[in-house]
Amino acid sequence: MDLTALGACLTTSACVVTQTTSGLIVGMLLFLVAAGLTLIFGVLRIVNFAHGTFYMLGGYVAYSTLGVTDSYTLAVLSGALAMALFGVLFERALISRVYGSNVLMQLLICYAVVLIFDDLVKIVWGPEFHAMGMPPAFQVPPLFIAGGVVPPFYAVLIGIAALIAIALGLGLSLTRFGKTVRAAAINPQMVSALGVNTTLLFAIVFAVGGALAGLAGALAAPVRSLSPGMGFSILIESFIVTVIGGMGSIAGALVSALVIGMVRGFGTIGFPQFTDGLIYIVMIIILLLRPQGLFGRPT
Amino acid sequence: MKGRSALRDVVISAIALVVVLAIPLLHRSPAFEDFIIRLSAMALFATSLNLLVGNTGMVSFGHGMFYGFSAYAFALMMQMTDLSLLVAALLAVIITTFAALCVGAICVRLSTDYFAFITLAVQMLFYSVIISWQSLTGGDQGLRGGIPRREIFGFELSSQLHLYQFCAIVAVLGLLALRHITASPFGQTLRMIRDNADRASFLGVVLWRARLWAFTIAGAFAGLGGVLAALFVSGAYPELADWPNSGQAIFAVMLGGINSFLGPVLGAAMLLALNDVVNRFTEYYGLVLGIVILAFALGLRRGVLDFLKFAFPGRAK
Repeated sequence: MDLTALGACLTTSACVVTQTTSGLIVGMLLFLVAAGLTLIFGVLRIVNFAHGTFYMLGGYVAYSTLGVTDSYTLAVLSGALAMALFGVLFERALISRVYGSNVLMQLLICYAVVLIFDDLVKIVWGPEFHAMGMPPAFQVPPLFIAGGVVPPFYAVLIGIAALIAIALGLGLSLTRFGKTVRAAAINPQMVSALGVNTTLLFAIVFAVGGALAGLAGALAAPVRSLSPGMGFSILIESFIVTVIGGMGSIAGALVSALVIGMVRGFGTIGFPQFTDGLIYIVMIIILLLRPQGLFGRPT
Repeated sequence: MKGRSALRDVVISAIALVVVLAIPLLHRSPAFEDFIIRLSAMALFATSLNLLVGNTGMVSFGHGMFYGFSAYAFALMMQMTDLSLLVAALLAVIITTFAALCVGAICVRLSTDYFAFITLAVQMLFYSVIISWQSLTGGDQGLRGGIPRREIFGFELSSQLHLYQFCAIVAVLGLLALRHITASPFGQTLRMIRDNADRASFLGVVLWRARLWAFTIAGAFAGLGGVLAALFVSGAYPELADWPNSGQAIFAVMLGGINSFLGPVLGAAMLLALNDVVNRFTEYYGLVLGIVILAFALGLRRGVLDFLKFAFPGRAK
């Protein structure tokens, strides 16, 4: 624990800007993953423990696409699209068979998928770390804002993620499809009785969730390294984000992802060894005081 | 349901124990003895978890914390004090039981899903404490330096044969005790809560108290398993308290069958055997395990013993 370092950091604008940027990056990427997780839970009542695998595969697909096409835009799009497809396949082939059955069965299937794809990634891409590298257009000197270092690529990443958050929020609240999704989250039987094809709806929800996670993985690939098993840690964190924000709440996911991002950003200075512990403490306190999460509906 | 004869259980476990103890007299196989030692720790761990999952309907994702807690408590006491093995082991189990009581007091009031999340969170908090408290626990390197004074009731536990005998006896006694608890009126109450918590409550069962008892007892037996694990690995490692270890216990329970007392033991044996066999042939253990799990989840849709009960209903009760 190093509270003096934390205090010193909080009083210098340079340190505040740098740590806030890194916190925002963590938070926004986490939001993209957690948004899919919480959307899937909200509509299908499935805790998708395989969501980290979507994130990992999205990164690897982007890495390979970049190798073939040399285009970052195509790489990111292919990561997202491939995971949308993967999400649908996963839902149709596996998860749809255990709807309504024991939570443990769903957990078991998801964990099996995690194990299988961690090893498949090792077979296809090798067990070693891969680095994707920043796009050449962004290999420029960083911006200095109030003395803090902000690489332009980070700023763009945060912007893209923020745009997606807005699009997702507006899409859910304003479009007809978004309204159907929200209705299905409240009462799927009634939505089905009103003539909505819920089978299709569920598949689309998984596709959207998969695409968001794949997108996050592809966007993160240039700033983090790729490795088999990278899905595990993001899964646990995005899981915490959804629990704190409220299972099923997109707004909650955004707020708590940013909170967790900031705890990560500044916690590494004040509590370098115990940042994870801080996050678990936050989660325990929230669960005790407000089990449904900050923005969740009480059940 | 007809009353279980406690005598029958004792006879069955005595026979099982005699068979297990007789095997090394006929044929020494270090690999097999290793397997039984690991199985005894894992069987206690998984069966205690099933007291929660199968009997009470409480899915705990954080059961590994008590396994790891007890392993650390035991190993630390053996390294830092002059207590004898028996005293240290008993103290470790008692401390773990108390820890389970405290954690349970916080967790058991939450409903199913949230109970699973909060147990996971508490376990991960405990794991981060182990990792960051390096001066005490050795951090991510684990607690090394071995366990001294490995002698209890004439068993010289540095000998593999003695450790094998000791672990087998402890595991069988532990399982017998758990069996007794499961078959007792208290065990019946737990199953009533699992099947219909509201009705149990109407009948005057104080839900949180019964759940807290179940959680505490399960923690105690996981602690017993943790002591055996610490003896086997000669120390304590953070992996014992990490969440994949809790996951292993859940899979053991699910593979063997949650509605059969011996299901988790069978599941633990299957998981360990699969681990040993697959690791001999390929480095892609996860791939094979994943496919096996999928086959179980989608094919049998229940654990092996539960499937046998389901397929041959006449013989089971």
